[in-house]
Amino acid sequence: MITLTIDDRPITVAEGTTIWEAARTLAIEIPVLCHDPRLRPVGVCRMCVVDIGARTLVASCVRPCESGMKVVTGSEKVERQRRTLTELLMSDQPEVCPKESTTGDSVLHALARRYEATGASLPRGAGRPRDLSSKVIAVDHQACILCDRCVRGCDEIQGNDVISRSGKGYGTKIAFDLDAPMGASTCVSCGECMAVCPTGALVNKPVSGPIVPRRHLKQVDSVCPYCGVGCGLTYNVDVEQNKIAYVDGRESPVNHERLCVKGRYGFDYAQHPQRLTKPLIRRAEFYPKAALSPEVMGNQERGKGRRKTALVSYDDVMPAFREASWDEALELVASRLLAVKKEHGPGALAGFGSAKCSIEEAYLFQKLVRAAFGTNNVDHCTRLCHASSVAALLETIGSGAVTNTFAGIAESDVALFAGTNISANHPVAASFFKNAAARGTKLIFVDPRRPDIARHAWRYAQIRHGSDVAFYNAMMHVILREGLIDEAYVRDHTTGIEELRALVDRYPPALAAEICGVTAEMIVDIARAYGGAKAAITFWGMGISQHTHGTNNARCLISLCLLTGNSGRPGTGLHPLRGQNNVQGASDAGLIPMMYPDYQRVGDPAIREKFEKAWGLPLDPTPGLTVTEITTGALEGRIKGMYCLGENPFLSDPNVNKVRKALTRLDFLAVQDIFLTETAEFADVILPATSYLEKTGTYTNTDRRVQIGRPALAPPGDARLDWQIVAEIATRMGYPMLYEKVEDIFDEFTATTHEYQGLDYPILGATGRLWPAFDREAKDGEQILFGDAYPTADGRAKLVPCDFEAEKEPTSAEYPFVLNTGRLLEHWHTGTMTRRSYALDAISPGPFVEVHPDDLARLGITAGDLVSVSSRRGRIELPARRSTSVARGSVFIAFHFREAAANVLTLDAIDPIGKIPTFKLCAVNVEKAQA
Amino acid sequence: MLRQTKYLSSRYNEPDGWSLSAYERDGGYKQAKRVLGGMTRDALIEDMKAANIRGRGGAGFAMGVKWSFMPWPPKPEKPHYLVINADEGEPGTFKDRTIMEKNPHSVVEGCIIGCYGIGAHTAYIYVRDELHLSKERLWGAINEAKAKGYLGKNPFGSDYAVEVFVHTGAGAYICGEETALLNSLEGKRGEPRLKPPFPAQAGAFGMPSTVNNLETIAIVPTALEMGGDAFSKLSELHNLKDGGSRLFGVSGHVNTPGVFEACVGLTLRELIYDLGGGVKGGKLLAVIPGGSSCPILRADDLVSAPNEKSPLFPWNGKSVLDVPLGVDTFRALGTMLGTCCAIVLSDQACPVLAMHNLMRFYRHESCGQCTPCREGSAWIFRIMDRIVAGQASIEELDRLSEIADNIMGNTICAFGEGTAMPALGFLKKFRREFEQYILTRGKSSPNRLTLPGHFAGAAE
Repeated sequence: MITLTIDDRPITVAEGTTIWEAARTLAIEIPVLCHDPRLRPVGVCRMCVVDIGARTLVASCVRPCESGMKVVTGSEKVERQRRTLTELLMSDQPEVCPKESTTGDSVLHALARRYEATGASLPRGAGRPRDLSSKVIAVDHQACILCDRCVRGCDEIQGNDVISRSGKGYGTKIAFDLDAPMGASTCVSCGECMAVCPTGALVNKPVSGPIVPRRHLKQVDSVCPYCGVGCGLTYNVDVEQNKIAYVDGRESPVNHERLCVKGRYGFDYAQHPQRLTKPLIRRAEFYPKAALSPEVMGNQERGKGRRKTALVSYDDVMPAFREASWDEALELVASRLLAVKKEHGPGALAGFGSAKCSIEEAYLFQKLVRAAFGTNNVDHCTRLCHASSVAALLETIGSGAVTNTFAGIAESDVALFAGTNISANHPVAASFFKNAAARGTKLIFVDPRRPDIARHAWRYAQIRHGSDVAFYNAMMHVILREGLIDEAYVRDHTTGIEELRALVDRYPPALAAEICGVTAEMIVDIARAYGGAKAAITFWGMGISQHTHGTNNARCLISLCLLTGNSGRPGTGLHPLRGQNNVQGASDAGLIPMMYPDYQRVGDPAIREKFEKAWGLPLDPTPGLTVTEITTGALEGRIKGMYCLGENPFLSDPNVNKVRKALTRLDFLAVQDIFLTETAEFADVILPATSYLEKTGTYTNTDRRVQIGRPALAPPGDARLDWQIVAEIATRMGYPMLYEKVEDIFDEFTATTHEYQGLDYPILGATGRLWPAFDREAKDGEQILFGDAYPTADGRAKLVPCDFEAEKEPTSAEYPFVLNTGRLLEHWHTGTMTRRSYALDAISPGPFVEVHPDDLARLGITAGDLVSVSSRRGRIELPARRSTSVARGSVFIAFHFREAAANVLTLDAIDPIGKIPTFKLCAVNVEKAQA
Repeated sequence: MLRQTKYLSSRYNEPDGWSLSAYERDGGYKQAKRVLGGMTRDALIEDMKAANIRGRGGAGFAMGVKWSFMPWPPKPEKPHYLVINADEGEPGTFKDRTIMEKNPHSVVEGCIIGCYGIGAHTAYIYVRDELHLSKERLWGAINEAKAKGYLGKNPFGSDYAVEVFVHTGAGAYICGEETALLNSLEGKRGEPRLKPPFPAQAGAFGMPSTVNNLETIAIVPTALEMGGDAFSKLSELHNLKDGGSRLFGVSGHVNTPGVFEACVGLTLRELIYDLGGGVKGGKLLAVIPGGSSCPILRADDLVSAPNEKSPLFPWNGKSVLDVPLGVDTFRALGTMLGTCCAIVLSDQACPVLAMHNLMRFYRHESCGQCTPCREGSAWIFRIMDRIVAGQASIEELDRLSEIADNIMGNTICAFGEGTAMPALGFLKKFRREFEQYILTRGKSSPNRLTLPGHFAGAAE
């Protein structure tokens, strides 16, 4: 410890503490332009100089405290220095500061007011240009003071490495890439540079209305509605206009103020003029039911010369519906569902919830289906996401959630990323992974499509599609052969090692190399690094789960982790990165056909009895159908009535042409959503719901962190809260659901669970809690699970050996390419929200297929050409994009775009255990489209 | 006292003086062989300390002491590096270039000895981009030495591996600053680093490194051959621990500009009149003693050092032109020895235009990192522009001083001071001339002589 005085006040600080930090603890504010506590200090602005009695003044942000130092923070000499500096900087500022005229919080202008420095005493320099090429950020080089904050924000916080300085001397300026316009650079529009900029050099462009100072707006602390990372953010709301003006990242254990483009700029969808505001009932003349817009009609009826649109055309769809009162609509839904139940039995009904729902909505919805419908046919998009991972995790370690948070990587020396494009799908988590790489953690990526973040990789293995099992078996082979196995851990905490040993024995690296299309050395290298790590953490995504052998893929990763004892300790763990903001919470809430809340088996009589008692009626003892099975059931006429809350299966499920037929065949379909979705075209009744931004609810992120989302806006028109609609339907179906407020539902839910014990709204507060959080006195819930034992019958984890299986649909002469599907950074699933966000749509306006340059050349296709991609199930047309991320012979299409829906092509074969479809692999042909 | 020497420059006029055979004929590589043949590191460093070689790049730090700062023994996971600064970009300085072109083997031999001294196995010579012949000669020398087995895994049959590489800069003055040079060497933008850590702790690629000026490393074999103490005693300033002989450059308004080798102790008068052939076109007005960053001295300045303890005491009351050129003597004069390459101004030159020209250079070459330097150098030049154009008022001279003062000591590297010091120097020594210039809107300017080379076109 070091003792010194600052402005005659004594203070004792830890060694290495800077003068600036020490002063802050004494509440002495030293003015600074280039520093922010989140950034590495660089000491370039020289505004924070203080007097320590030396020959020269020192920059307090970089100067460590020394014993006996006598610091004066505001002597006349110091103040003179600061005044001169401010004057120098102000003399070149633009007439109207872009920050002062918007958020009004320019740090430089605040200093200018303090020092009465206008810059008028100096001759002005030649003007510097503005750069308005970015869709979301306006750059004014004239206002830039080269404080380096944006450079560090971009390079060191977000790890995007886009911004740097270029030129020298007075001609120095910040530059994007090799001095490209910002909008044409590799910038991913996360807005970190704008957030840290102390002047008007980088400011938000308005997204949904004028940007004004925060004091004129209402601040709503909430959580981002998009991905499973669950970033804390603050909405700055113009209450009068019922609009969000802009978003700030919020300090939270999840994101530490960081955001990505979706969280920061994708908030205006809720104000889109196409919001549903009145219940709608299908007009009699639009029966028998069929799709209404050309894009949804499909190939046969398609076209008639009309250009395909990015959004459902309300002009096409609305004439088929008439507005109705809530009473009429709800009565119709309840009576029609009851009629189906009466005529065909409860098993003819089904419900699709959504992972975008809150925990309360998910809980209530599954309760509605189980209690009021009388069936377990309730599922949601987890089936399309991590169903296989959860199946494997429940089977092996007895719990489907992550065993460590993603931030746990900070303590890992090796991190394995299997089939996950994190910088697009979990961008803020990815920034922490890049930070770890910068600190020396070895990042290993295994993926058939090279993820952008692979430039931070220690090794990247571009394996063939679907060859995962062979790859990880070979890794285990090497680990066993070279004695890298954690014998004690395997002995004390697992079962099945001999069976696993016998199996992986048959997978030497040379064999796997042949199957996977990588070198044996690569496999050995990666196995040695992973096996030799002090702490290795394992992340995976849809590249693992969305396969007909998705459960096997996950089992292999779990075995790999257990074999090396990389579980239950800091820096280790299994982390299937959750896609949706509440896919963890919705699953926890029982929105799955075989389990009640908290993964309690429907088939277990004791458990069923518990729920029958709690819910006050007998329950169906047989596990229900999954998403994919419900669609098949509808097609085959076994499912007659459906209630769809927030899901859009028409675009999100595989084999669109099959889904279309299935939806057409339903006797009754109720769709509850905020916009007309493709699925709603088949609805009998459409119920206008509230968006995330208009309601209160809890959401569990990928880390198991339960957080409260709070309403920023008032709902439009007659739109109602989702939970109230569900409760009303249940009541009208003869199962009264009476709740006063959303907290009551949360409390009822937690009472049925073990893992959510100890959680309630007051304790969740601003930053939420990780579950389990039984100790209410603790600062947070448990970060690392299963240090002692696993929640299985014998307390041990099970090693499940898996053989490599060939693909269900191999390429052929007719369909020579492998199609891989996934998401883009700017868009969310079926685009219902993001394609209605001005900024996200502007940055990423339409579909494309990524093709390797060699394949393009071979096919005589130029990048930008319209190509036709066809599979055994359908055909779409979209422009080709040149990309070396995909391997030769494979193509990639994002599934967000209705005008070229990737799921027209995908195969609806499913994993036998997880029942997840194989979105990641089917055979297609690519050819130049007919003009 | 003028005592010319021929250690580095003995073969400067020979057509093939730069070749290995010529170098070895004169005893070259014997010292490297001796060092690798069994000399202890301690003995080597002691000898180098005794040689009192003050860094020839401008800062004048004792080389032997710098070598001793390296952590010892080297850790296998932290290889040491020797980095040679040959980014000779200071206006008026052109001495290192002559060594690279005409005596490159002295550099290579110096690198071998230096590597051994600091525990490195790799040396990088960072050469300014424009010096194409220098790079060619250095690579040629490295390849010749390698072919002979003087470099590589087993130089001179020893097991102390040494490799030497030439790295080309990209034409930024700031890369002559040692930490900016290290960044540039690593492929990053050439911007100075915060210190600490110093290069000996975390230098090239984050590893312990020593950065030496090229002339500093080239003289090492000579000092070793003579013995450190004997070498140091060549100098008249041996007692000030400023030893040996070195290269002196002179340019500007002299009849025979060039590079000369002499014992330390030479005076400006000797450099200008005996070696530089006297002032060309007029009388001597002023001298910038060691590269453009050093504050200017007027020819009529007298030494004022009544204190016995001052290194300048022996010259108290004498002309500054008679003070021996030494690191400490010139620091005491309020200027710097710098690179020891003087720029001479005759009374036919205009100091206002000379400063205007210098300030243009600094505005252009600031790396842009620190506000006071980037903005300050720009504003100084802008005000100088107004003065030259006859638009400025006398008060703006105070503004100039204020801005320059604001830069002093207020930047990450010494470049800021390198800008401010000459500006303040000109303003202090030529205040009358500046005021006259402003009042007469430039009519008082002699401006009958423009300066050659870097100074051409000062009044454009």
